[in-house]
Amino acid sequence: MKPNSKTPQDRPITLALLAMGGEGGGVLADWAIDMAERNGFFAQTTSVPGVAQRTGTTVYYLEFYPDDGISRLGSHEPILSTMAMPGEVDIVVASELMEAGRAISRGFVTSDVTTLITSTNRVYSMTERTALGDGRVDSEAILKSAKDSSKKLIAADFAKVAEDSSSVISAALFGALAGSNALPFGKEHFIAAIERGGVGVKSSIAAFEKSFEIASALIKSEGKTQSSAVSVQIGSKPVNPGEISQEEQSKIINDPTSVVGYKLTNLAAQVKSEVPESARVMVINGIKRTADYQSTKYAERYLSRVLEIAKIEAQDGNGSGRLLNETARYTALWMTYEDTIRVADLKTRRSRFQRVNAEARVNKEQLMEVREYLHPMSEEIADTLPTPIGKWILRTKVVTRSIEKITANGMILNTASIGGYLLLYTLARLKPIRPRSLRFNLEQERIDSWLGRIKTLASTNYDLACEVAECANVIKGYGDTHRNGWRNFTFIMDELDRIAANTDAAVRVKDLRVAALADEDGIKLRALLSL
Amino acid sequence: MAERSFATEVGKLRASEGEEFFGEGILAVTKALLQSGVSYVGGYQGAPISHLMDVLGDAKEILDELGVHFENSASEATAAASLAASVHYPLRGAVTFKSTVGTNVASDALANLASGGVTGGALIIVGEDYGEGSSIMQERSHAFAMKSQIWLLDPRPNLTAIVDSVETGFKLSEASNSPVMLQLRLRSCHLHGRFIAKNNIKPKFTLRDAMENPVRDTNRIVLPPASFLHEQEKVTKRWPAAVKFIQDNKINEFFAEGAADFGIILQGGLFNTVIRALQLLGLSDVYGNSKIPLYVLNVTYPIIDEEVVRFAKDKKGVLLVEEGQPDYIEQNINAVLRRAGITTALHGKDLLPVAGEYTPAAVIKGLLEFVRKFGPELLNDEKLPAVVKPSGDKPNSINSVAPTEQIHGRPPSFCTGCPERPIFTALKLAERETGKHHVSADIGCHLFSILPPFNIGATTMGYGLGAAGAAALHDTSSEKRTISFMGDGGFWHNGLTSGIGNAVFNKNDGLVVVVDNAYSAATGGQDLLSSASSSEIRSTKHPIERAVRGVGVEWAKTVTNTFKVGEMKKMFKDALSTKELGPKVIVAQSECTLNKTRRERPLMAKKVKEGKRVVRERFGIDPDTCTGDHSCIRINGCPSLTIAANPDPMRKDPVAAILNTCVGCGLCGEAAHAAVLCPSFYKTSVISNPSPWDQFKSKLRNFIIGALQTGIEKRLSGIEA
Repeated sequence: MKPNSKTPQDRPITLALLAMGGEGGGVLADWAIDMAERNGFFAQTTSVPGVAQRTGTTVYYLEFYPDDGISRLGSHEPILSTMAMPGEVDIVVASELMEAGRAISRGFVTSDVTTLITSTNRVYSMTERTALGDGRVDSEAILKSAKDSSKKLIAADFAKVAEDSSSVISAALFGALAGSNALPFGKEHFIAAIERGGVGVKSSIAAFEKSFEIASALIKSEGKTQSSAVSVQIGSKPVNPGEISQEEQSKIINDPTSVVGYKLTNLAAQVKSEVPESARVMVINGIKRTADYQSTKYAERYLSRVLEIAKIEAQDGNGSGRLLNETARYTALWMTYEDTIRVADLKTRRSRFQRVNAEARVNKEQLMEVREYLHPMSEEIADTLPTPIGKWILRTKVVTRSIEKITANGMILNTASIGGYLLLYTLARLKPIRPRSLRFNLEQERIDSWLGRIKTLASTNYDLACEVAECANVIKGYGDTHRNGWRNFTFIMDELDRIAANTDAAVRVKDLRVAALADEDGIKLRALLSL
Repeated sequence: MAERSFATEVGKLRASEGEEFFGEGILAVTKALLQSGVSYVGGYQGAPISHLMDVLGDAKEILDELGVHFENSASEATAAASLAASVHYPLRGAVTFKSTVGTNVASDALANLASGGVTGGALIIVGEDYGEGSSIMQERSHAFAMKSQIWLLDPRPNLTAIVDSVETGFKLSEASNSPVMLQLRLRSCHLHGRFIAKNNIKPKFTLRDAMENPVRDTNRIVLPPASFLHEQEKVTKRWPAAVKFIQDNKINEFFAEGAADFGIILQGGLFNTVIRALQLLGLSDVYGNSKIPLYVLNVTYPIIDEEVVRFAKDKKGVLLVEEGQPDYIEQNINAVLRRAGITTALHGKDLLPVAGEYTPAAVIKGLLEFVRKFGPELLNDEKLPAVVKPSGDKPNSINSVAPTEQIHGRPPSFCTGCPERPIFTALKLAERETGKHHVSADIGCHLFSILPPFNIGATTMGYGLGAAGAAALHDTSSEKRTISFMGDGGFWHNGLTSGIGNAVFNKNDGLVVVVDNAYSAATGGQDLLSSASSSEIRSTKHPIERAVRGVGVEWAKTVTNTFKVGEMKKMFKDALSTKELGPKVIVAQSECTLNKTRRERPLMAKKVKEGKRVVRERFGIDPDTCTGDHSCIRINGCPSLTIAANPDPMRKDPVAAILNTCVGCGLCGEAAHAAVLCPSFYKTSVISNPSPWDQFKSKLRNFIIGALQTGIEKRLSGIEA
């Protein structure tokens, strides 16, 4: 498409931009308009920000019409629309994947005309963020429909590009727009517009150049085919760092001892001989976790618990290894419940200090301090102490009250200071007394009764046993959240004891588990149980 | 100081005869006012005309040169009343506000103005907040024009047409001694385009002339018998004068008259949408050369009977494209045709949507149906645009392959670092102990509380009417008290009297929270009486607590840092339980973060450059102690507090995480404390240009802590390979 090749019968070039408040969508629109007008085009942009500027979605709509020699300002102007017509949008630019999905469901993206340029990063919606479990939508599904519904697709993580060049996403998207060749302007015109804009020119152009390369590469690789051949690997959910590579997995499966330290070699060897391949990775992670949490002896206890399930899996399993895997997962998580000792232990490690530094982007010339927001309740303190003392504290109102007085408004602890660090460090060194603590023994009882249920059920109803294993996931968090989780768990277990014999018991327990994670106060769960 | 500065753009307002003017619709309207020799401008901010107020605020220098008085009116009623200056004096005045909400507030003054009539041109520029992106009830300003007999202009959405209509509006107003309303649609306000400028005009008759030679004429005052005279005048003198002016100046446009025996009557504001629809159906070119006769109503009230008759007379059918409901124009035109005994079929809301925005899709569907009826031979079914193709031939994704279940709504919410969020965090936590209360909400950013994660607020009755909305729920025998919210904007707009004064007078014991973020924030951060910043053109720093005590409130407290969630929570509990009678007023004070960061960020950068010690704070979450229950998000909802993939190889659920956009407002930590959440939150303070003492401390710390950490790693070795 060249300028001046238009006839009055052609409609203008149309572009819709979907961005969120504060992403500089307006800046991008202004650049584009300025560029077009400098090149003799009639250009128009409109937006409907309203209060959407407050983090909501804003749609900018732009139209461009070349100077065809007969147009004249004021007397003979092309009529430019202020709203997008579904099926007539040549270019759609989306600053985020769900916004691309929104453009598609509004009919802005069509397979016969539209070049869709979208960043594949996710800015999670409130619904996704407030879920008690994993509420994330399926990014792959959006990406698939993006491929199916566009003529050309340019999808990449332009948010990252922007961040890497310490710029904003609008600059990166402008580069992608240039690289897509969807507008009849040369790269130099785009850059000139940014320069005339005069704000953050250097970083903007850096981001522009990077994404220009990405986009042109994608366009070339894709050619002019109807269905986009661009492949973007982002996983059904954002890639989980916990999901390790195939090579690593096979390494663990074939030689577990190679991935553990000398203290765990024997246990790892035992894992190799007694745990089926399908569950080895999980169990190895489990012994590491429990050893790190308490001691090698504790890891042995973990393994013995898991091996009992391994036997059952061997007898009654359906080959999936689901029961063993899930039980191994939640036994480890439950055995390493978060108490003050654990928290102090994790917060005082060098690896943690390094992570925090990196996250705060501290450079050589800068110093950093870290202040922890801690709020120990008298229960939590009693929990970590030897059972008799713990019980005494909880019994003695005077003590509990005085503790609450001290901790009422929580404490802020500077872990970077020597005093603050020593306090946490000393707490972490209380590990040896943990096994004699109130909470420790309570949790072990709970774990065993849960495992007991699983074992008895497995032989008669494998699926039900699996569901019961996964129910452990409803117990999480601290303080009230943990208390509510435990309450919901007991609700489900009581119901289980009533319905265990039913054929649909597994389905029922699954529904209850999902309901328990639907809201904090257990409203949905109570409704299902008609409590 | 407003959120957006037009300091650079206002230079364009000096553009002279023949110069090409590039810019936003709002800026163009301002230029048009100056080109029309306006003497005074007033108004009240609110999308979509907030920027018009901001532009004028930044244009002080130019306005002074031209002797134009500009006022940030206290309310739309104030703005409308200020047009009284044009009743006796040949002064051109304009006021602007959001419609219909602003017009509702202004209608008392507008009715009085319209009754007595005007000498100088009086222009009311309304930003019609209708359709996508609107934040208010969906109504039409048209009704106000009709009831008070104010002429209503609805220009075609391009800058040339809009600028012309401002100047025509003043002339029409003077020719018919009636106020004129200029309706700017949402998109027209934010429309970027260009037009040929004219010179600015300095009014010959000045405000000073008026003040020094006062005039009065009891026939212009709304009091019997004059008021009865006014009603007669409206129909015998002013209406005919307006009709004559509109016809003589050909303000309404006829296109392609006689090109076909059917045609389209449309509101000027819909012209571009209709032309695009026609073009896609092959019935027009891009310049609007239509194959179908068009009658464009750039004046939508009054309807010019003669013109309607002329257009409809020899046609089989006419389609009226009128957006919104009720269908005032359709009823009007039906009456005109009936009276003239014309049998032409009038179509409108039978083919087009009865209610809702006239999007291109809606319009083209109606048009197609209409043309099929009267001129099918003009259509080429092979070449129909995708949106009206039979479903089979549609390309993806019109009605197909849309990932609907993956798309969540993304309503606006409190910004990162917003000082209003902690107020609702505190209330949510307080209600966990006190139980739920009836909460009456108000207009402003604080209204986002009705959305997740807070879900607080039952009704909103209008700007500043939060407290008034709770007035009737008043029964002293109840243990519970009502809670109502009000922003500082709404408070000064009318809330002080309509809400606080009313509660004092009627002995209401409820709690009123006045959210004082130092600006009229939701409308774009304009200054208010209580703004903390000093302004050379306005008088600020008038405390809200003093005002409420002035009207008789005894229990009044001001919180100067809303981020102290614990304190806020306690204050809520006190206010809801105290034995003291009368309204309890909490002024929750903290500066809007948008304005604050815009002011402070450059200063900080400057200090760092200068080598001064600067501490930057932000929050973080330890992923290994986070159990992924997200209860922190459910009492916070900050855009920077989100979720991330869990780095733990054994956990499935995503962890909570804090983005780099965090401004370190502190809510995460305060909430974690107040709600006794979890120990995962930490605040990092990054010190740039550290002092020697900082350096010494950190050396010592690194030495000791480093040693201990090596010890920890020794103990851990043997677990990891």
